[in-house]
Amino acid sequence: MTEKITFTLDGKQVEALPDETIWQVAQRQGPPIPHLCYAPEPGYRADGNCRACMVEIKGERVLAASCIRKPVQDMVVNTTTDDAKSARRMVMEMLVADQPARETAPDPDSKFWAWADAMGVTDSRFPARAKTESDSSHVAIAVNLDACIHCNLCVRACREVQVNDVIGMAHRGHESKIVFDFDDLMGDSTCVACGECVQACPTGALMEANLVDEAGTRREFEDRHVDTLCPYCGVGCQTRAYVKADKILYVDGRNGPANEQRLCVKGRFGFDYITHSHRLTKPMLRRDDAPKDGALALDPANPWTHFRDASWDEALDRAAAGLRKALDEQGPSGLAGFGSAKGSNEEAYLFQKLVRTGFGTNNVDHCTRLCHASSVAALMEGIGSGAVTAPFTAADDADCIIVIGARPEQNHPVAATYLKNRAKQGAKLVVADPRGQGLGRHATHNLQFKAGTDVALLNAMIHTILDEELHDPAYLQSHTEGFEQLAERVKAFPPEKMAEVCGIDAETIREVARLYASSKNSIIFWGMGISQSVHGTDNARGLIALALVTGHVGRPGTGLHPLRGQNNVQGASDAGLIPMFFPDYKSVEDDGNRKKYEDFWGTELDPNRGLTVVEIINAIHAGDIRAMYILGENPAMSDPDQAHARAALAKLEHLVVQDIFLTETAWQADVVLPASAHPEKTGTFTNTNRQVQLAREVVPMPGDARQDWWITQEIARRIGLDWNYSHPRDVFAEMAEIMPSLANITWERLEREDAVTYPCDAPGEPGNAIIFGSGFPTASGRARIVPTDLTPPDEMPDDDYPMILTTGRMLEHWHTGAMTRRAGTLDELEPEAVACLSPGDIERLQLQPGQFVRVSTRRGSITLRVRLDREVADGMVFIPFCYTEAAANLLTNPKLDPFGKIPEFKFCAARVDATIQGQ
Amino acid sequence: MRMVTYIAAMADVGENNGNQRRIAPGSGRRRSPAYHKGRQLDPAARDEMAALLGECPRAPDLLIEHLHRVQDEYGCLSAAHLQALAAEMRLSMAEVYEVASFYAHFDIVLDGETPPPPVTVRVCDSLTCAFSGGDALLESLPAELGADVRVVRAPCMGRCDTAPVAEVGHRHVDHADADSIAGVVQSGKLHPEIPEHIRFDEYVKNGGYTLLRSCIDGTRSVDDVIGAMEDSRLRGLGGAGFPAGRKWHFVRQEAGPRLMAVNADEGEPGTFKDRYHLERDPHRFLEGMLVAAWAVDADAIYIYLRDEYPAIREILLEAAADLEREGLNGNRAIHLRRGAGAYICGEESAMIESIEGKRGLPRHKPPYPSQAGLFGRPTLVHNVETLYWVRDILERGPAWFSGEGRNGRQGRRSFSVSGRVKEPGVKFAPAGLTAKELIDEYCGGMADGHTFKAYLPGGASGGILPAGMADIPLDFDTLEEHGGFIGSAAVVVLSDKDSIRDAALNLMRFFEDESCGQCTPCRVGTEKAVKLMSAPAWDKELLVELGAAMASASICGLGQAAPNPLLCLLKYFPEEVS
Repeated sequence: MTEKITFTLDGKQVEALPDETIWQVAQRQGPPIPHLCYAPEPGYRADGNCRACMVEIKGERVLAASCIRKPVQDMVVNTTTDDAKSARRMVMEMLVADQPARETAPDPDSKFWAWADAMGVTDSRFPARAKTESDSSHVAIAVNLDACIHCNLCVRACREVQVNDVIGMAHRGHESKIVFDFDDLMGDSTCVACGECVQACPTGALMEANLVDEAGTRREFEDRHVDTLCPYCGVGCQTRAYVKADKILYVDGRNGPANEQRLCVKGRFGFDYITHSHRLTKPMLRRDDAPKDGALALDPANPWTHFRDASWDEALDRAAAGLRKALDEQGPSGLAGFGSAKGSNEEAYLFQKLVRTGFGTNNVDHCTRLCHASSVAALMEGIGSGAVTAPFTAADDADCIIVIGARPEQNHPVAATYLKNRAKQGAKLVVADPRGQGLGRHATHNLQFKAGTDVALLNAMIHTILDEELHDPAYLQSHTEGFEQLAERVKAFPPEKMAEVCGIDAETIREVARLYASSKNSIIFWGMGISQSVHGTDNARGLIALALVTGHVGRPGTGLHPLRGQNNVQGASDAGLIPMFFPDYKSVEDDGNRKKYEDFWGTELDPNRGLTVVEIINAIHAGDIRAMYILGENPAMSDPDQAHARAALAKLEHLVVQDIFLTETAWQADVVLPASAHPEKTGTFTNTNRQVQLAREVVPMPGDARQDWWITQEIARRIGLDWNYSHPRDVFAEMAEIMPSLANITWERLEREDAVTYPCDAPGEPGNAIIFGSGFPTASGRARIVPTDLTPPDEMPDDDYPMILTTGRMLEHWHTGAMTRRAGTLDELEPEAVACLSPGDIERLQLQPGQFVRVSTRRGSITLRVRLDREVADGMVFIPFCYTEAAANLLTNPKLDPFGKIPEFKFCAARVDATIQGQ
Repeated sequence: MRMVTYIAAMADVGENNGNQRRIAPGSGRRRSPAYHKGRQLDPAARDEMAALLGECPRAPDLLIEHLHRVQDEYGCLSAAHLQALAAEMRLSMAEVYEVASFYAHFDIVLDGETPPPPVTVRVCDSLTCAFSGGDALLESLPAELGADVRVVRAPCMGRCDTAPVAEVGHRHVDHADADSIAGVVQSGKLHPEIPEHIRFDEYVKNGGYTLLRSCIDGTRSVDDVIGAMEDSRLRGLGGAGFPAGRKWHFVRQEAGPRLMAVNADEGEPGTFKDRYHLERDPHRFLEGMLVAAWAVDADAIYIYLRDEYPAIREILLEAAADLEREGLNGNRAIHLRRGAGAYICGEESAMIESIEGKRGLPRHKPPYPSQAGLFGRPTLVHNVETLYWVRDILERGPAWFSGEGRNGRQGRRSFSVSGRVKEPGVKFAPAGLTAKELIDEYCGGMADGHTFKAYLPGGASGGILPAGMADIPLDFDTLEEHGGFIGSAAVVVLSDKDSIRDAALNLMRFFEDESCGQCTPCRVGTEKAVKLMSAPAWDKELLVELGAAMASASICGLGQAAPNPLLCLLKYFPEEVS
C-alpha cells in the first residue's frame, strides 16, 4: 500500500503518498493553500469545515476542501481557478465580517489574520453579527468568542487529542457556539486547563489570559523562544518557551516523542514559579542565634529571622568545612546526600560521584525511594532492568490496557491522553484502583478494589489464566524461570475466594484476566498505588508475573510500564543516585563493578550498599549520620512521619541545602545555596519512556543564583576532589564513557535531535522503544517469576482510627508543592489543603463540604478543608501531600517495604473529626 | 453564575491556620473549592434517570432516543437530568449538551431558567403556510392563547395541502385558525390522530408480502431482483435521484456486515408525499424496505422518522411488531429512530450521524454511505417513496415504471402540490410533465382569484421559476440549467398575490434556521444573506458573489442549494428588488 498516486496539481504532474491529502501535497510542492480549521499537527484530523482551502477537481460539480480530500490516480486538481479563488476569498470575507477589529482582536497576530493578510482580505462588505460577552472566569484562559470562527479545532483539541471532553459545539447554524460543559463559564466548568485549545485556536478566541489586557486584546509579544522540556512529571513533554525581556511569557507544547505537542496545566501554565518572590538569590548561612528545631516554621519570604546573607566563597567554604569535619570525625558513614530527580542527568551523576568519591560512602539516594523503589526492586529481580519495557505510546498498538494503582489523568496527564485515545479507538481499558477516576469513563472495566488487596486481585487473575489455560507455555518455556512455583502458589488464590478479600466479584476478576490474557497485545501501566505499600514489591511482582505467564512483553502494544513520577527520576536512577548501584545499575557490592568504577574514578569506593531515604533519617536519629548535603530534595515534606523526619534534619550537625526556595528542609540548614531552576539550565533528562532529551537554558538565573553542577563542583573541590568540568556536556561525555545505556547518544546528537531513546543500537537509529523481545538482561537470559503471598497493610483501621488515609498528588500540584504552589495559575486553581471524603462519609460524619476537619493518625493530626469527592470510597480519606500548612506526611506511616524500602504512603489508619477551626 | 457552590462565607481563618497560611508557599488568595471542578451530579436526578432508562441499553447512538424519553417525561431537559443522563451513558457533558441543543424539539432548562409551559403550539412558517395565513397566526396566537401556552414557529410539517397548519402538543390542526387551535388546546387531546390505513391483515389479504416471501424462499434471486430494479430506472425519490438498482448493486459489492437506513425525515418545505404513503399503505413501503435489505443482505434496518410525524410513528411501531410476530424481517432488527426537529437530517449523511446519536452534521464525501455509512459500515440509504415503489416494480415488471413518462422522460413521481392551486395534494403523475400540465390536469387549475406567477419545482431548495417557464418537463436533470431542480417534487405554486421577494426571504430564513452550522459558506452565508435580503435596498453584486460561493463551497446540498431561490429571484424577477 505504499504505491504513490500520480495526479495533476495546477498543471503539474505530482505524486502523493496513499494517505496524503491534496492540501499536504500542495504544502510540499508549494504554493501552500490557505487553511484555518485544519491544523497540520499530530493528532488533529482534518475537518474540512472552514472552506478556506477549496480547490477545483475536474469533473466535479462543486469545489472540494483540499485539507480532507485525498487525490486519486489521474485526478486533475486546480487551486487557481476563478471559482476556487473567489470561493476562498468569499469565505475569508464572511469570517472577517464577524471578527473584532484587528486592533482590538484577542490576537492581532493570529493565524487567522496572517491568512487574511496573505489573501488580501482584511475588510468585509458584510454586516457583522451581534457581539457576544467575553468570559474571563478562568484564571489561565481568556475566552472571547467574538473571534471564534467555529473551526472546531478546540473541540478536536479537547475531545480527540486530549480527551478531556469539556468543549463542545452547541446549538446550530449561525447560533452555533463553543460551550464548556453545559454552556458554563470556563472557570466553572470541568476544564482541566491543559490549554490544548489555546494552542490550537487560530484566532485568539481562546488565549493565555496573561497575554491579554482587560479588554481581551493581546498586549504581550515574545522577543525570542527556546526549545526545552517541561520541569514536572516523568512524561517528559517537549516545550517551547516564549520569552520577553528574559521572562517567560508563555509555553507551547512541541512535537516531542512523548507529547506530540500536548501539555497539561502544569507544563503550560506552571512556569512562573521561577520568578516568585520567595526565590533564593543569595547564599545564606544560619545565624548563630537561630537554633534548629524540627517543630520550626519559617517564613520563606523572610529567611533572615534564621539566616544571614553570605558570599559564595564564604558559603561554599562553610558548606565544605562542615562536611569535611564530619568525614574527619566519623568517617564516610557519618555522611549522606540526597540528590534530586528534578535535576539533570549530569547533576545527578556529579552528585552521586561526589558522595561516592568525596564522602566515600554509598549513602546517596533520592525521591525514587518514595515513588517506585519497590517497582524497580521487582523489575530488577524479575527482568534485570528497572526501566519500562515499552513507552506509554505503545498503548497505540495495545488491544487491552490495564491501569492499576495509578491516576494518570492527574499525575501523568499527557500519558493519559494516549490511553484515552486508544480506548476511544476501541481497545479495552481496565482501570483498577481503590479510588475512582475520570479515566474510568473510558474503561470497559472499573475495578474499585479494597485498598491494600492488590496481591489478592493479581494472584486471582493469574489463577484464572492458569486455570483456564490462557497462559503462553511456549513463552514461559523459552523466556522464564520459576513458573512452577508460581503455578503452585496461585492455586490458593481462586477468584471465588479472593472476591471477598479484594471486593471484586469473581466473574469480573475472571473476565478481566481472560481479557488481558487473550487479547493479542496487552500492556500494563502502574503507579504508586502499587509501589507505595509494605507489599509494594509483591504488587509489582504480581504484575510482572501476569505479563510473563501470558507473554505480553517485548512486542509492540505489550509490556510493563511503571509511570515514573519526576521529570528525571529515570535518569537520576540511571546515573547512580541510589545507594545500591553505581551508574547503570551496577551493584556496589559486586567486586567487578566496583573495580571498574574505582579505575574510572581513580579512587577507592565503599564496598557496602548505602542507606536509603528513610533509613538515613533513622540513622540520623541513631547518631550515625551527622552531616548531609541535600540538593533539590525536600524530605521535610516528602518523607513519611514528617515530625520524625524534621526532627532528624534538625539533629544534623551540618546540613547543606541547595535549592531554589527555602524549602521546609532548608529550615534546618546550616548553609543554603541558591541554585538554578529548570528553565535556567541546560542538561539532559530521561523520561519514563527511556527517552533522553535535552533541556536548554531559557532565561538567566536571578540574582546570585548559580548552576547546580557548578555548586556541586565547588563543594567537591573544597573537600579535595580535582574536578574541572566547564559545561554539562563535559559531564555527559564522562557518563557516556562508563554507561553502556548511553551508547550512540551524544550531546551533539541531542542538540540536533532533541530526544533519543536508550538503548540505542547506532548513531543513526532512534533507539529501541520496545525491549526484551528476545530475552532479558539477567544472568540466565530468562525472566524470573516470583510468587507472592498476602500481606496486610501495616496499620489496619480500628475503633480509634476507623478510616483509611491515602495520600497522593493532584493535577495542579507537583510533589511537595515547592514549585507549583508558587506558580500563580496553579496556586489560584488549588490554593488550599483539602481532605477528600466520599459523600457517604460526609453525611455520616455530619460534615459540610468546605468546612474544616481534623484528620489524625497515631503520628499526628492536621486541620484542613473537606472536599466532597465521589471518587473516594466510603471509609477512606485522601489528602494530597503538597500542602505544608496541612502536611499529609505528618500523618503517614513510615513502615517500609522490605525489598524496595518504600514507605506505606497509601495506607494507614486515621480518624476524621469535625472542628470548629476557621468558623 | 458559579456552578461550584461554596458554603456560606467563613470568617477569617483561625489563629493557628492564619499563621500557617503566612508560611505556606501558596498565597492562598482564594478558598479551595469544596467540590471537584464543574457541575456536581445531583443524586436525585441520577436516581430518576436510572429509573427512567430502566433496562434500555446505554449505547451512545441512543442519546437522542433517551433525550426524547426525558423530554416526554419531564417536559424539558433540566441541567440536572442532562448531567445524570451523561453519567448514565458515560458521555461527557459537552457531548450531551451539544446534541440536545442542536435539535429544535428539545427544551434545555438550565439552572434558574423557567421550564416551558405544559402546552406548546407550533405554527408552520414555511412558505405555503406562511403565505396562507401562518404568519398572521404566529402574530395573533400568543395573545389569544395566554401565558400557559407556548407558541413557537416551526418549519414545514408536511401538510402543505391543508395550509396553514399548526401542531398542538403532538396533534396537528389542518386549515388552522385561532379558534380551531384554541379548541384543541382546551380539549386537552394532544396525542396524534391516527389516520385510517391499510393494516397488516388487509395488506396480506391483497397479496402483500408475497414478493418478500418469494425472495426469502429463493423463488427470486438477488441478481434478478437487482436487475429488475436497474431496468425500471427508478431513481432515488428523496431528491438526489441516484439510480436505485445501481445503489443496491454497489452496496451488495461491499464487504459485510452491511446496514440499511431509511430516510423518513421528509422535511423539504412543500413535501408531504412520504407522509401520504406512510399514512395510507405503510406495509407497501415496509415490504419494499425488506426486499431491499434482503437484496443487499443488511444486518439491521434503521428507519429515521421525523418527529413531526408522530402518527406515523404509531403506525410503524404497530407494523414493525406485526413483522416481528410474523418473522418477516428474519434476523434483521428494525430500529425505528425518532428525529428531533432538524431539516438537515434529511441529508443522508447527516441522518446517519443523527442515527448514531450525534448532531446532524453532513459528512464529507467520499466515502459514500454505500462504502462507509452508519457506524462506518456499508449502508443502503433510501427514501421512503423509493422503497414504496419496489413491490409494484417487481410484481408488475420494470417496464410498468419505466414505461410511464411524458415529454420524453421516463417513470412516475408523487408530486406534492401546494400553494395557489384549486386542488392541492399528492399527485401521481408521469415524470416529465410540465408545471402547467400538473396544475391544469391534476390540480384543477389555479385557485379562484389567483393568476399563476411562479412555481417552486422542488421545494425550498429547487429554485423559483416564473410562470413563463412552466413548460419545462419536471424531472431529474431538466431544471438544473435554469437554476433549479426537481428534488423531492414538491411543487409550490405562487400567484400574482404573492411577492417572490418575500418568498425568497422566507426560504433563506428557513435555510438560516436549519443550517447545521458546520461550514462557513452555509452557516455565515445564510445569516449574511438574510441580513442583506432584509435591507430595503439590496447589494445585488455581493449577493450574487455570496450565492456563488455558497453553491460551490458548502459541504452539503443544503448550503449548495440555499442560494437557488435568491439567484432565481435576481434572474427572473429583477423587478421585485431594488
